[in-house]
Amino acid sequence: MNWTLALPEIVLAVSGLAILGIGVLPKRNTHFPCAIAVIGAFVLAAALALGTPEGTGFGGQVVSDAFSRFAKVLILVGAAAGVALAIDFNAREGLDRFEYPVLLLFATLGMMVMVSANDLMSLYMGLELLSLSLYVVAAFNRDNERSAEAGLKYFVLGALASGLLLYGASLVYGFTGTTNFDRIAEALSDPSKATPGLVIGLVFVIAGLAFKVSAVPFHMWTPDVYEGAPTPVTAFFAAAPKVAAICLFARVLGGPFGGLAGQWQQVIVLVSLLSMLLGAFAAIGQSNIKRLMAYSSIGHVGFALVGLASASEAGMRGLLVYMAIYLLMNLGAFAVLVAMRRQGRAVEQVTDLAGLARTDLGMAVWMAIFMFSMAGIPPLAGFFGKMFVFKAAVDAGLWTLAIVGVLASVVSAFYYLRIVKVMFFDEAVGALDPRPAGVSFVMAASGLFTALFFLYPAPLVAAAQAAVAALLG
Amino acid sequence: MGGTTDMAVSLAHYLTVSAILLVLGIFGIFLNRKNVIVILMSVELILLAVNLNLVAFSASLGDLTGQVFTMFILTVAAAEAAIGLAIVVIYFRNRGTIEVEDISTLKG
Repeated sequence: MNWTLALPEIVLAVSGLAILGIGVLPKRNTHFPCAIAVIGAFVLAAALALGTPEGTGFGGQVVSDAFSRFAKVLILVGAAAGVALAIDFNAREGLDRFEYPVLLLFATLGMMVMVSANDLMSLYMGLELLSLSLYVVAAFNRDNERSAEAGLKYFVLGALASGLLLYGASLVYGFTGTTNFDRIAEALSDPSKATPGLVIGLVFVIAGLAFKVSAVPFHMWTPDVYEGAPTPVTAFFAAAPKVAAICLFARVLGGPFGGLAGQWQQVIVLVSLLSMLLGAFAAIGQSNIKRLMAYSSIGHVGFALVGLASASEAGMRGLLVYMAIYLLMNLGAFAVLVAMRRQGRAVEQVTDLAGLARTDLGMAVWMAIFMFSMAGIPPLAGFFGKMFVFKAAVDAGLWTLAIVGVLASVVSAFYYLRIVKVMFFDEAVGALDPRPAGVSFVMAASGLFTALFFLYPAPLVAAAQAAVAALLG
Repeated sequence: MGGTTDMAVSLAHYLTVSAILLVLGIFGIFLNRKNVIVILMSVELILLAVNLNLVAFSASLGDLTGQVFTMFILTVAAAEAAIGLAIVVIYFRNRGTIEVEDISTLKG
């Protein structure tokens, strides 16, 4: 058995246990050293993930290929930034308990298992490790009514989604006789094998995954959880787990169920259309910026799923490029949200950004870059993400999807540009507190990526191309 | 054969029971307006439906994978119930109630 295939996961799991031990032993507060150790573990795991050999192992449960590598690096970048954003915030809010970085580490481990799953069983175990950790961190501010409510809502709907996914998995197992992705793909290579029971199973699996990526009509938990959870937790939710779930979506539909593309394509087209429209219209009336970003992320998932709906190589590549860009610009935007504190209290209304350009020009400029990029204005990174998926949709003959997508992104530009207008042209309401170094670093790094991506897009596109070749090949 | 096979419990029977359990679980989550604990029970009901499905398929296929899967699901369900109850406890400490209708601080 080739256990080196799972070396990054094994290292991460062992360091998680070690950090847990180190965190609990001393009498003093160990939040900061544990957070740094977790970031270190992420960096180590990313380095190992890049060097992992390819193949399947552990009885066919785990696969390591260019796709899992691509996804793992993105996940680890998102997770490390998520931990970094939380350090200062948690200390000021009295949430500086060492369990926080450790929980994020286990969530990240779950995500890595998810994206390298080659069996419905390992998929489920990874997904649950992620979900169980996230339920806890959503309710991490346990003395706060809203955080507890966010945790409760996330738990109930997440558990329901896992249940639906599992029910689908059980039907797939029953009607193909296997839970292994390779053998499911083999069994389905002949489209006449698509019995009604199997298609029902597939629909349940899609419903469960759509919950996890928060695509319409399974999005209802997203705004409440994003608003109620502490801001760094929301930042984490919107970045790495979303990328992991979308990559899992691509893996499941492109791999084992690739032969049933005709069956799932229409479902994904519908889900994608509804997500784009809801993301565009529902965010307009929001005054709480975290809630606004929740609807924005629903819209972004809709755009990304345009790539999946195309069910082509170009579409899948567009999907991966979109998620990479989404991850980085979202981390930047959430870094700004985490930095929104006034007189020691976290503020989260759009109007709290008023006049930011006069009090903190640097942050206002970065935020403007992220907002323009999310709206899809060239030459920022977000434009290229949208261009790749829409072009794939047009090539696949999905004209309606591409046209609705462009219109939805025009509508969503309204609320992104409103934030820019509030920052640059409204009366200042008083300066924000000085931002901590970690937050400024995340903001600047993702801002530079977002602004300068157009100069050198080739490496990312080539990595996504290799990942898709491994997935569909 | 005749008379006995008519009475035997076939795969279809198991699948029907598990489909009924699944529907009961889903309705329990969405139609329940009373208590969060009932929601936790409904979640367990859904997972039991899945387990029944897997074991029935496993027996009829003569393949052990389904039963292994069931063991994993049972383990995870225990962890999930523990976390769910812990969250319900902190919610109760904050609000003093776990009525489903009162869980509405966040909306918009």
